[in-house]
Amino acid sequence: MDHFPTNWGRPKYDGFDTNATYPFHDHGHNQSAAFAGATQHTQQPIVTGTSVLAIKYKDGIMMAADNLASYGSLARFKGVQRLHPIGDYTVVGASGDMSDFQYLQHVLDGLVISEEINAQDGHTLGPAEIHEYLSQVMYSRRSKMNPLWNSLLVGGVKDGQRFLAYVDLLGVTYFASTLATGYGAYIAQPLLRKAVEGRENTLTEPEARGILEEALRVLFYRDARSINQYQIATITANGVDISGSLKLETAWGFAEGIRGYGSQTQ
Amino acid sequence: MSAAIHTPTSGFDFSNANRNAFLESKGVKMPKATSTGTTIVGCLFKDGIVLGADTRATAGPIVADKNCEKIHYISESIRCCGAGTAADTEFITALISSNIELHALSTGRKPRVVTAMTMLKQRLFQHQGQIGAALVLGGVDATGAHLFTIHPHGSTDKLPYVTMGSGSLAAMAVFESGWRPNLEREEALQLVVAAISAGIFNDLGSGSNVDACVITATHAEMLRNYVMPNVRVEKERKYGFRQGTTAWTREKVREMIVSEEIRPRAVAPGGEAMDTS
Repeated sequence: MDHFPTNWGRPKYDGFDTNATYPFHDHGHNQSAAFAGATQHTQQPIVTGTSVLAIKYKDGIMMAADNLASYGSLARFKGVQRLHPIGDYTVVGASGDMSDFQYLQHVLDGLVISEEINAQDGHTLGPAEIHEYLSQVMYSRRSKMNPLWNSLLVGGVKDGQRFLAYVDLLGVTYFASTLATGYGAYIAQPLLRKAVEGRENTLTEPEARGILEEALRVLFYRDARSINQYQIATITANGVDISGSLKLETAWGFAEGIRGYGSQTQ
Repeated sequence: MSAAIHTPTSGFDFSNANRNAFLESKGVKMPKATSTGTTIVGCLFKDGIVLGADTRATAGPIVADKNCEKIHYISESIRCCGAGTAADTEFITALISSNIELHALSTGRKPRVVTAMTMLKQRLFQHQGQIGAALVLGGVDATGAHLFTIHPHGSTDKLPYVTMGSGSLAAMAVFESGWRPNLEREEALQLVVAAISAGIFNDLGSGSNVDACVITATHAEMLRNYVMPNVRVEKERKYGFRQGTTAWTREKVREMIVSEEIRPRAVAPGGEAMDTS
């Protein structure tokens, strides 16, 4: 029984104050779990991926992400695939904590298998179902104050219908014809919106590829946690195709004639 | 022996810094410096510089001014866009503009962009970032066309294309994919308009219209409200009250000015006429 009126009606801190021995609700946040049986929740992402971009075009969905998993400011893992195919119709792209993404890949792959084996009714999971499932999982984890620290893009084509949506560590979902996570939301979205909005049904495949490549190039220039090696996933009525690693061409001679940062002329 | 503590006569007095740090550690909330969201850009082209800015001034989540002017005059062929705290940008550009004019009169030469830049950066550094002015300074002088950014702490960058403000990422994305050396005037203007528009439509701190300023060796052209992509829809009705809504019994009109004649005063001998230009 909680004897302290200041705790009534407020969330319980069972993790580190099981018997409600402290009268004040605000005991200092996220105290480190220092004793046996302790559980620690709300974390910080450790190995992280940066932006994922996706657009709708005439034949389906195109999604792009670079191949880097950073360890803080260290470019630790350079051959990482951050676009994952699920079932026959969907691709999930993830930014944020890579270990949480690997866990989600495991969960989603298991889900597709179990749906097929257990139900055996011929129904398969499409992108809309994958997105709905993910948004339930993400929101329920955030409500337990133990989030999966990711921003995910779910894209796919099933029964001729294109699907593109966003879900993140807070359980926020968003639908649009152009999506970007991380720094892409500030740097790439303006470019994607200008190039795609209104033309989702007329954009051809090479045009869509060009738009994503240009956005990835600008991100490589301006995002300090990116590299110029990337992959593009194309989902059409014919299925999912994730390209091999591609390299971006960049130009660094823009300030060749400039000397210094102010009045220097030599 | 008197140990005279010399307190500087200019710059800020930082003796309260320790006190503030102590208070903050005890949980006292520090007042937050308000930043006015903005998109400002500058771009080098074949014949000179094009500067651009949006026209929204915000106070927190509220739009305080829908059509303010962010491209400030420094000298005839030097202009400065300002982002950050509006009062700081206005006062510091006005101060340096005044000092540049005096300097030009003293040296007998047209002012140079590096002079304005040096004056601005030295003053901003002296105040250790407490003056919240992030500037894009551009102009053409006897040594050529120059474009600088100046940050509130006093650091400067010299680049062919720059953006500042909360909309700078959106505008820089447009510049990175569109800028190339030796652009024509029209191409550069189009690029600047596209960059500011990206800020206006993708950043909540920027909005309303696009201002531009083209500076070349021969002349500087201020294009106020060059593009207006957010014109308010025309009101469908007139909301005035018809005469007679309030009943009246009598009406009397009295002319306050009976008659008026204006005669300019003759100039006193040996004196100068007032300059009313």
